[in-house]
Amino acid sequence: MGYPHKSHPRETPILSKHFGEPEARTLDGWKARGGYKALQQALHMEPTAITEIVKASGLRGRGGAGFPTGLKWSFMKLGDGKPHYLCCNADESEPGTFKDREIMRWTPHALIEGCAIAAHAIGAETAYIYIRGEFTEPIRVMEAALAEARAAGIIGKNAMGSGKRVDVWVHKGAGAYICGEETALMNSLEGKRGNPRIKPPFPAVSGLFGMPTTINNVETLAAVPHILNNGAEWYKAMCLSNPKSTGSKLYSVCGNVAKPGNYEVVMGFSFKEFLYDLCGGPLPGRKFKAIIPGGSSVPTMNMEEAEATLMDYEGFVAQGTMLGSGGVIIFDDAQSLPRQMARLARFYAHESCAQCTQCREGTAWMTKILERIVAGQGTYEDLDTIFDLSEMMTGKTICVLSDSCGAPVVSAIQKFRPEFEALIKGKRSSTVAVGAR
Amino acid sequence: MSHGPSAPGTAAGAHAHGHDAPYEPVFTPGSARSKELAELITRYPDKRAALLPALWMVQNDRGWISEAAMMEVGDQLGCTAAYVKGVVTFYTMYHQHPVGKHFIQVCTTSPCLCAGADKVVEAFLEKTGCKELGLTSPDGKYTVIEVECLGACGFATPVQINEDYVENVTPEKVPEILAGLE
Repeated sequence: MGYPHKSHPRETPILSKHFGEPEARTLDGWKARGGYKALQQALHMEPTAITEIVKASGLRGRGGAGFPTGLKWSFMKLGDGKPHYLCCNADESEPGTFKDREIMRWTPHALIEGCAIAAHAIGAETAYIYIRGEFTEPIRVMEAALAEARAAGIIGKNAMGSGKRVDVWVHKGAGAYICGEETALMNSLEGKRGNPRIKPPFPAVSGLFGMPTTINNVETLAAVPHILNNGAEWYKAMCLSNPKSTGSKLYSVCGNVAKPGNYEVVMGFSFKEFLYDLCGGPLPGRKFKAIIPGGSSVPTMNMEEAEATLMDYEGFVAQGTMLGSGGVIIFDDAQSLPRQMARLARFYAHESCAQCTQCREGTAWMTKILERIVAGQGTYEDLDTIFDLSEMMTGKTICVLSDSCGAPVVSAIQKFRPEFEALIKGKRSSTVAVGAR
Repeated sequence: MSHGPSAPGTAAGAHAHGHDAPYEPVFTPGSARSKELAELITRYPDKRAALLPALWMVQNDRGWISEAAMMEVGDQLGCTAAYVKGVVTFYTMYHQHPVGKHFIQVCTTSPCLCAGADKVVEAFLEKTGCKELGLTSPDGKYTVIEVECLGACGFATPVQINEDYVENVTPEKVPEILAGLE
């Protein structure tokens, strides 16, 4: 549902069905809503059988990369005599994204159930839910739900009487966007600085504490119980466009839009209808200008591209951007894009872990140059410098934070160059209406 | 993800100690915190994994993380104070200086900037008497900082005050929010 407002009839609320219902947070309330049936069933299944179902469902990672979940699980070598770990990535920090927060706030048991099923499927006895430190309320809700689940024997030494051990713990982060990168998350969990690691080795070979590890996003894991309950075919059938993208997806919508919030739609939904019908279109008297559709790390779209998009992994790529985390940031005609891009660059410069030169220096210079342009002190060469810089920052570092800084900025300059040039000419852009919404 | 305080504050809140006050250990033998830490360590194959949680306990009890605290935590978990410092300085939420009783973090990343978050920052600075970002108000009550994406973009502008989020904040709501903090 489009929390915080009522569900739109064209939404397909599966993950978000119980958002806003306080009773769904309790164990009894969750069981009354069909909770833990999937786990009960899963604990008596062969791990590989669970993985096969998830593979067949077509579920792909909802954190940003869209990697097939079942395939990821199948990389875990069962019976290798090593402890395996599951990490749930709840470090949701991608600007524009606030879906995992709502899943944890309203349906904590859905996540616990998904974690327990996944842990069993990959041969792990321990799962850690790494939640960003700022999310104190989701942490409280998750801790309370975990305590209830533990006391009821749903997780622990003998999960649901199956004889199998599944421990699930919350681990609180301490403020670092980069810890949402999977190897940085593992370092952070180990009590280290959150620097991303060089891959290979990949986590399935050597991950948390050097052991085979799988990392999945909150939304991905929360979808797993539904898949076991209703079957792979049911999930696969939720597809309006490309068969490689299946299921429902939660989108966080923010920025200059009539009804910001979370919306859950089936893969392949029309972005145009999504924006103007479900999200209520622009604010009165305004027009949409540009959209960053997948959290701030993906290329900026103009409205022509956006309105032609079908909302799935391939659909966004076809329009030159990415689905990413599903954090839809909308800028309207009252916003200055150069100013917004300068602010985004500052975000990446602040969040760079500073390991790689291209990122440490690149994000800082990108910010400097953009802020100079916004201050009316830019030159035409500055725009070329940004393009060169972005090229040097892309595909050359340990993780993709550096690439993520260039992607929205470069595409914004390419598609909205006159706005940047107007500032360089010394004329204040007519669209610099600061702070208006 | 905050822009941490840039200068030492002068606050002495209920649980905070200033720069000059002696450090009181948190994990004294037999204490509740000591037991809590011992239990926490059992969750991980390597006790160093309890470092972030241990630092959270210190910050909760002492208000900030001093060099003496880093030494204490290092002793507890078998690592050096220098190692602990390396970790503390990586994460923006650990205070390396005392901060005001009410630590106010205003999200100003792009989606919130669209909603006028910069004006919310100005309102907080003005109404709290904090002279600039990161500085504590003369009465020790407030520290205001800008924070990077709080992950509540649909409720712009979110402001985190100590533990809690306040959502949909506008400059007009700032006096009322501050009045509710006493």
